[in-house]
Amino acid sequence: MSDPAAGVPVIEGWFTTGPEPALLGTRCDECGTVFFPRATGLCRNPACRGRNLQEVELSRTGTVWSCTDARYQPPPPFIAADPYEPFAIAAVQLAAEQLVVLGQVAAGYGVDDVAVGSPVELVIEPLHEIDGVAQLVWRWKPIDDGGAR
Amino acid sequence: MTADVAVLGAGMHPWGKWGRNFAEYGIEAALTALDDAGVPWSDVQFVAGGETIRNGYPGYVAASTFAQALGWNGARLASAYAACASGAQALEAARTRILAGLCDVALVVGADTTPKGFLAPTAGERWDDPDWLRFRVLGATNPTYFGLYARRRMDLYGATERDFAQVKVKNSLHGLTNPNARYRKAVTLDEVLASPVVAHPLHLLEICATSDGGAAIVLASMDYARRHGVGTPVRVRAISTVSPRFPNTVIEMPNFATDSAAAVAAPECSFRDSIAFAAYTEAGIGPEELSLAEVYDLSTALELDWYENIGLCKEGEAERLLADGDTTIGGRVPVNPSGGLACFGEAVPAQALAQVCELTWQLRGEASGRQVEGARVGITVNQGLFGHGSAVLLSR
Repeated sequence: MSDPAAGVPVIEGWFTTGPEPALLGTRCDECGTVFFPRATGLCRNPACRGRNLQEVELSRTGTVWSCTDARYQPPPPFIAADPYEPFAIAAVQLAAEQLVVLGQVAAGYGVDDVAVGSPVELVIEPLHEIDGVAQLVWRWKPIDDGGAR
Repeated sequence: MTADVAVLGAGMHPWGKWGRNFAEYGIEAALTALDDAGVPWSDVQFVAGGETIRNGYPGYVAASTFAQALGWNGARLASAYAACASGAQALEAARTRILAGLCDVALVVGADTTPKGFLAPTAGERWDDPDWLRFRVLGATNPTYFGLYARRRMDLYGATERDFAQVKVKNSLHGLTNPNARYRKAVTLDEVLASPVVAHPLHLLEICATSDGGAAIVLASMDYARRHGVGTPVRVRAISTVSPRFPNTVIEMPNFATDSAAAVAAPECSFRDSIAFAAYTEAGIGPEELSLAEVYDLSTALELDWYENIGLCKEGEAERLLADGDTTIGGRVPVNPSGGLACFGEAVPAQALAQVCELTWQLRGEASGRQVEGARVGITVNQGLFGHGSAVLLSR
């Protein structure tokens, strides 16, 4: 695996890439609702008219809501490795934010490594390359999976 | 309770991979529906079209495309896009116009020509479009979401791959002699389980294909139906086109995340539960009165979710309902007697109307080879991405 520091985020402003990476959402100053991807402008809580949505780092760990995988190559605009390498995707419940967020599962892990309720943590890994530059993405890595890979 | 409108005609162009212009399918379906109703095109005062987004401008202005092809007759037009729920929205536009007394007869048409393989976003780079971003950033296709729902049933309720495969087996038998179905072949459990996995735990034969097809409905006021000599038509009792209530806490296509329930508690009724519930409330008819249902089986496992969402059983009991034969023709409340998406594949703007066509024929007792005996009340249910609910409740 290439050094994550060598790459750039596949999308700007959605996550940090430091030693303790995290998804970046926004939180309404008035009602406290959290949004990912970031909401800007008006708070989407229908009972709130807040317009002050502050950037906030989301929890770095959560539990699996469900998981699946992509055995067939997704169509563009997905950029696939050649040859195509299947990957798993997890929907992860964040306790503090009380929301579920999708992410690919970390390289080397599949649908047999997690189940509903499994703890996972956020990591940053290369998704694909554009002009030789790794495009980084957040992924969910199983915690306490019982063995290193 | 609201007043009823009459379904005077139903028509379809068979589903398949015909590769022709979508308008051809829509026009065939429209002519079939008009003939079925015995209503001349000149009587139609309103045309509602379900839009297709993959066939250029004529697809966006679907109602106009169909009206022009049938020969301009001055009818008012409306085109609706709500993804898979487009047909229901077009139908609701026609129904409300009739109920408002603004017209007597309306024609509702949806048709599509689809590309091969996964439904992909339309071309171009759109970094602010979640439907584009989910492919680029996650590689999340439609089956990704179907797989998530399916695996959750396994972990929560002990569902098995065999349970899911059994849905396909059932639907393949239901649709065996349906002249409008694309796939008319009995499929065995072993064949389903031997087909390649697309999105764990779902196999290729458990995920609906994309199809070409067209469907049309002629709606009329009850007065017009009587004047027309139809005393007891199939009636639309309710249409639900509800959207979610905040916070929507179930992950849905094409989203990256759910709403947060941190500040506002999740509503008691989930979005998917609320779709049929709104139709039941509007009609004053409950799920215990259903003779049959057409539900949106984008995947086998999703059909089981719908059993619970439309109130056929409690959460976690759908596998039992299926295994007991309750949802097979001849059972307590047959689901997808048409064969469902399993036998049709999906022609997006036509699909919600195809569900209504099937219920119309079933309630008239004309569903030859797949008739649910004594069918009196039926519901369709479906969901379009970006928060579009769709349910139509019909009765004899």
